[in-house]
Amino acid sequence: MSLVEMPKADGAILSRKPEIVAALQSAIGKDGVIHDPEETLAYECDALTAYRCPPLAVCLPRSTHEVSAILRICSEMGLPVIPRGAGTSLAGGALPTADSIVIGVARMNQVLEADYDNRFVRVQAGITNLSVSGNVAEGGFFYAPDPSSQLACAISGNIAMNSGGAHCLKYGVTTNNLLGVTMVMMDGEVVEIGGAHLDPSGLDLLGIICGSEGQFGMVTEAVLKILPKPEGARPILLGFDANEVAGACVADIIKSGVLPVAMEFMDNPAIIACENFAHAGYPTDVEALLIVEVEGSEAEIAEQLEKIKAIAARHNPQVMRESNSAVQSDLIWKGRKAAFGAMGQIADYMCMDGTIPTSRLPEVLRRMQEMSADYGLGVANVFHAGDGNLHPLILFDANKPGDLEKCEAFGADILKLCVEVGGCLTGEHGVGIEKRDLMVHQYNEADLEIQMRVKDVFDPKWLLNPAKVFPMQASHSRRHGNRREAA
Amino acid sequence: MASLLKPDSESAASEIVREHFRKCKPLRIAGGGTRPVGNSVDAAQTLSTGGLSGITLYEPGALTLVAEAGTLLETIGDALAAEGQHLPFEPADYRALLGTRGNSTIGGVVAAGVSGPRRIQAGSTRDSLIGVRFVSGEGEIIKNGGRVMKNVTGYDLVKLMCGSHGTLGILTEVSFKLLPRPQATGTVMVTGLDDRAAVTALLKALGSPFDVTGAAHLQKGEDGKPLTLIRCEGLPESVGYRSGRLKDMLAPLLPASAELAIESDPARNAGIWKQVRDVEPFAARKGGVWRLSVKPSDGPDVVSEIAGKLGCEALYDWGGGLVWLLADAADGEAAAVIRGAVDACGGHATLFRHNTPGNGSVETFHPEQPRIAAISQNLRRQFDPAGILNPGLMSRVSEQA
Repeated sequence: MSLVEMPKADGAILSRKPEIVAALQSAIGKDGVIHDPEETLAYECDALTAYRCPPLAVCLPRSTHEVSAILRICSEMGLPVIPRGAGTSLAGGALPTADSIVIGVARMNQVLEADYDNRFVRVQAGITNLSVSGNVAEGGFFYAPDPSSQLACAISGNIAMNSGGAHCLKYGVTTNNLLGVTMVMMDGEVVEIGGAHLDPSGLDLLGIICGSEGQFGMVTEAVLKILPKPEGARPILLGFDANEVAGACVADIIKSGVLPVAMEFMDNPAIIACENFAHAGYPTDVEALLIVEVEGSEAEIAEQLEKIKAIAARHNPQVMRESNSAVQSDLIWKGRKAAFGAMGQIADYMCMDGTIPTSRLPEVLRRMQEMSADYGLGVANVFHAGDGNLHPLILFDANKPGDLEKCEAFGADILKLCVEVGGCLTGEHGVGIEKRDLMVHQYNEADLEIQMRVKDVFDPKWLLNPAKVFPMQASHSRRHGNRREAA
Repeated sequence: MASLLKPDSESAASEIVREHFRKCKPLRIAGGGTRPVGNSVDAAQTLSTGGLSGITLYEPGALTLVAEAGTLLETIGDALAAEGQHLPFEPADYRALLGTRGNSTIGGVVAAGVSGPRRIQAGSTRDSLIGVRFVSGEGEIIKNGGRVMKNVTGYDLVKLMCGSHGTLGILTEVSFKLLPRPQATGTVMVTGLDDRAAVTALLKALGSPFDVTGAAHLQKGEDGKPLTLIRCEGLPESVGYRSGRLKDMLAPLLPASAELAIESDPARNAGIWKQVRDVEPFAARKGGVWRLSVKPSDGPDVVSEIAGKLGCEALYDWGGGLVWLLADAADGEAAAVIRGAVDACGGHATLFRHNTPGNGSVETFHPEQPRIAAISQNLRRQFDPAGILNPGLMSRVSEQA
């Protein structure tokens, strides 16, 4: 069924399995290595479950030192390595091949240092996103990037994919909140990049490591910026009878000088599905719904909401409901937060992740509905309106032959549309295997060549997560021994 | 005098570089020439991006600006101000400090990664930069990122190009995420604090929920007394509320001799923060200027360690994390003292301005760990295989390796 091709496993590696497992066990102990085919099955996929392949073995190290020992062995034996955080990638970033060694950081989940004076926290990279905030809440702080998988996803994966979240307009994405990493190079050497100081001394290596999809090294520790929690936050719900009007309202709010902490947009199919599922009291007869949230003291919240209401009023909203209590705030967010569950009840779905210039929103939504009719598959939209990051959910039936292929083709068309209007293929999920072969629509040969040269520097043998990010054909010669000199 | 090449298009720039690549002839890359920071570059010709000028796209409702690299910073500032927006990272103007003339270009701002006081709250140049186009050392025209603020398609070369000082490529076009220009500013001003007490107060303020956008300390303010500054920006009522709360919060923590006041006059606020941003107190004075980046709470200790061995005066920004040091010397001996003190606690020191000609032996940028230096050198070799773009500017050592 799969449309995404993965490299064939190297038979020579498969035949050496006993020797490889023994070497790994001698390095980090028997309980750190999983090799029984029944057990490696648990690592056969990430959250892009349409693609599965159990690895040769899985290593679960407890320290940077152990990661170094494993990588040294893999480097010497020429084994492909798949770094794995919590396995929540929607792009197949942690999909193994049969000849690969998965290195999971799940056992490395400790907070090493919380420095409230200097507003940073140093953590092991396997810690979950939400528990970083949980660990610094007592000091009145939080970690800003909040991908919707934050309960489960690991900081290592957030760094690999440069994850975003709902609050990026104000707080930025992972790269804007990452101060430093401890990374193990493919040859086992441990490097420290960045730290508690704010800027790099020379080239901004931290800047390219973040978002490199586990292709440069294994990040084992991270220094993260933490922020003081705002005094309070309150949302307002706005309903409009046209997507265009809602889009214009978003632009006017931005232009007014108010900077909401979140601006979530839902189109009519999404509103109906969420309302039926969560009973949040959403109006189902509007075409577009906005949830706009602002932060600060009570007086500051009121000052900002007054401005927003005045702007919204100019766009003739069908619904304008300001939250006046924590209960009302929860209710406004309840439907939006249940969006994925609501869709899951209706059908199987695939979540896309393109970004567009916000000014092109009405046109993109219209063309997406046209494609939906052509493909005969439903599509619902929930997305971060302030930053143009779309999450079209394409509905399909996994049990119906041909539906997945149709869904993937529809998804690819949506992403090509995002690029066509001046946007990009992926806003926060990453390329992985899912969008690998679409890269040529955004980047030409020279653009891709220079990126692959960066990988040559960090991983000259192309052993780290090798079949991801770049079109298979573009990376073919590098993955097959035509290697270059490197640092 | 070196001759000046001033291509008027990206493709013309590409042609020039192709020619130089073929002949292995080095090029000095220049924007407005207002920030000559870096090791001296031995090149017969200078390529200026001044001919690549103009705002390509500006969408206020999407908070997005795209401009050619040679566009003057002033031109961009004016266009954004007309819509009540700005570049959030508060790019500095070092002309007085460095004794240069001319006009700063947006490409130069990106190449040098010049961020001002607001960096602690709004992020640095690289955090606002969302797309680049550049010409590599082989003359290839390359793009990365784009015009949308959330983009993880492929590697983030945008960050790598920012602050690479023209050693990886010649920037031809840059794209930014913008923010609304704050409508009001309030600064809590404290006089009479020593460095340690001042940085403690700055960190306390930065750890509060009152959204501080500037936190600086001058060992000598205008009247010669120490001056500590904490800034709030935003909607008028909110600024009044937050600066008041900050003053109330800090008052009981400070020594009785300290004086506290709130400055809310727009012009005076602009002047105060320009002085910090542009390091004005050191502009007309003799001495080497060093720029130290450390963990904020380490700032006073590092300065005190250095002051024990070398005459110097400090201006702290970024809550103590950025230390501007006016030092009696900028020679190898001074470098050893300053970099030794920084190395002891982590961070780096850049020699921003020489005190006298002939100090050329000191590396401008802090020497890196061997593996990091090797990675950086190799990246330069991949982007610029013939080593013709600002060779040696960021590191002479790597050139010899």
